[in-house]
Amino acid sequence: MKLPIYLDYAATTPVDPRVAEKMMQYLTMDGEFGNPASRSHRFGWQAEESVEVARSQIAELVNADPREIVFTSGATESNNLAIKGAAQFYKKKGKHLITAKTEHKAVLDTMRQLEREGFEVTYLDVESNGLVDLAKLEAAMRPDTTVVSLMFVNNEIGVIQDIAAIGELCRSKGIVFHVDAAQATGKVDIDLQSLKVDLMSFSGHKTYGPKGIGALYVRRKPRIRLEAQTHGGGHERGMRSGTLAPHQIAAMGEAFRLAKEEMAAERERITALRDRLWDGIKDIEQVYLNGGSAPRVPGITNISFNFVEGESLIMALKDIAVSSGSACTSASLEPSYVLRALGLTDELAHSSIRFSIGRFTTEEQIDHTIKIVHQAIDKLREMSPLWDMFKDGIDLNTVAWVAH
Amino acid sequence: MAYSNKVIDHYENPRNVGSFAKDDPSIATGMVGAPACGDVMKLQIKVNEQGIIEDAKFKTYGCGSAIASSSLVTEWVKGKSLDEAQQIKNTDIAHELALPPVKIHCSILAEDAIKAAIADYKQKRGG
Repeated sequence: MKLPIYLDYAATTPVDPRVAEKMMQYLTMDGEFGNPASRSHRFGWQAEESVEVARSQIAELVNADPREIVFTSGATESNNLAIKGAAQFYKKKGKHLITAKTEHKAVLDTMRQLEREGFEVTYLDVESNGLVDLAKLEAAMRPDTTVVSLMFVNNEIGVIQDIAAIGELCRSKGIVFHVDAAQATGKVDIDLQSLKVDLMSFSGHKTYGPKGIGALYVRRKPRIRLEAQTHGGGHERGMRSGTLAPHQIAAMGEAFRLAKEEMAAERERITALRDRLWDGIKDIEQVYLNGGSAPRVPGITNISFNFVEGESLIMALKDIAVSSGSACTSASLEPSYVLRALGLTDELAHSSIRFSIGRFTTEEQIDHTIKIVHQAIDKLREMSPLWDMFKDGIDLNTVAWVAH
Repeated sequence: MAYSNKVIDHYENPRNVGSFAKDDPSIATGMVGAPACGDVMKLQIKVNEQGIIEDAKFKTYGCGSAIASSSLVTEWVKGKSLDEAQQIKNTDIAHELALPPVKIHCSILAEDAIKAAIADYKQKRGG
C-alpha cells in the first residue's frame, strides 16, 4: 500500500484523471486555447462553446438554468460576490445580515468586512449537533434583514443543514438566501427548482475538479441582483469581469458531470467505508463523534479523542493525511471555532481529527488507518498525565490548573 | 508545520516517560499548563541526599514540541544539583530543539515544570 494515505478530501480532492484529460485539451496551439470573449474568429467561438457546455453541466448537477451560473475563481470568491454583492445592492432596504458561527472563514470574514462598512450582522449559535435551529433563525430576522447566508454541508463536521426549510422561511420574509455549497456538490442532491435558494456557491476542487475555479448560482426567477465586486470587460453578465479560463471551466464542467453520474454509487461506497472506519474506532474509550446526531455527508467524520492533543495525534498519524479539529497546525493556537460553537470543551476541541474519505479511498486504506489510530492513541495516552488522572477518577474540571 | 529532526526524535522516542510513586519522600512533582490551552506537563524528579537529581520522568499532554521539550528536560536535569537545574532557561530548550516562534510557549512550559518540581521538593523538605 502506498503511504501516506490521503484522508483529507474535505480540504481538497485530486483531479479525476478523466477531468485532467479534458482540461489538457484547452491549453496548447493544438487545443482550444482561444479566448471565449473573442467574437471575430473560430478560436473564440470554440472556446465560448466549451464554456457554455460546462455551464450547462454545472447547472444540470443542481437543476438550474445555465444562465444562472456565473464563473468565479472558487467558492471564496463566490461567497464574497454573493454576500457583498447582495448586501450592497439591497442596502436601501436594510443593512442587517444573518449567518452562523460555524460558517467557513470566507463567509465570516466577508461579514466582518461588511460590518466595517456599516452593516450589522447576527452570528447565530448552532445546536450541539451543528444544526441551525429554525426558530432561533426566525427570531433573529428583522424587517431590515436583507441576506441570510448558511452553508449546506459543514466542512469540519459534515453536517447537512435543512436548506429546504430555511429557504422557505427566508422566502416568506423576502430575505435573500445564500448557501455555500462547496462541500455539498456530488455529495447531496441539490435541486434548485424546488429549493428556495437565491445564491449558491460552488467549488471545483472539492468535487474532483481543479483548484482556482468555482461558480456562483444567481437565481433568475425571482431575479436576484448583485453589485459586481470585480469590474472590467463586463463578462458573466457584468457580475464578474475577467477573461474566462476555458481549461478550468471545462474541467469543472466535466467534474460536475461525473459527480451527477456517479453520485448515488459513490455515496453508497463512501458510506460503507465511513461505517467501517467508525466501527473500527468507536470502541476506543472516550471517543466522540462530532455532529453525530445530525444528518451528515458520509465523506466527513470528525472524532474527538479525549486526553490526547490533536497536533501530537496528527504527528503520530504521520502516514495518514488528516486534518486536526484544532487549528494548531496553522500556527494559531486556538482550538477549532466550529467545534467550540458546538459546545465542546477546549480540551475536546483540541483533541479532534477530521477524517475525510473520497473517490479513491480503499478498504485497505481504512483498515490501515484504524490500526494506526489505535497505536497512536495507546502511545499518546500512555504519555498523557490527563489520561492517568482520568483513570484515577479525578474530575479534571476540579483541578486548579496553572495556566500559562 | 515542519518539525526539526530533534523534535521528531524526542517525539518518536521520548526519553523517560512514566511516573514515580508520589509518596516517596525523594520524589517531587511539577505539573504545569492546562488542558484548555492544549498542553499539560508533569515532570517528576528523584533527588538524593546530596541534593542531586538522580532521575526524572515525565508525562505530557500536548503537541509534538511540548512532548519533545519535556523529554529533553528530563535528560538535562539528571545529574544536576537543584541549583543547576534551576538555571535551565526556556531559550536553551527552544534553541536545542530549534522550535519555531509559535512553539516557544512549549519551552517556557518545560522551564516552568522544572521550577515547579524544584519548588515542590523544597516545600516537602521544608515542611
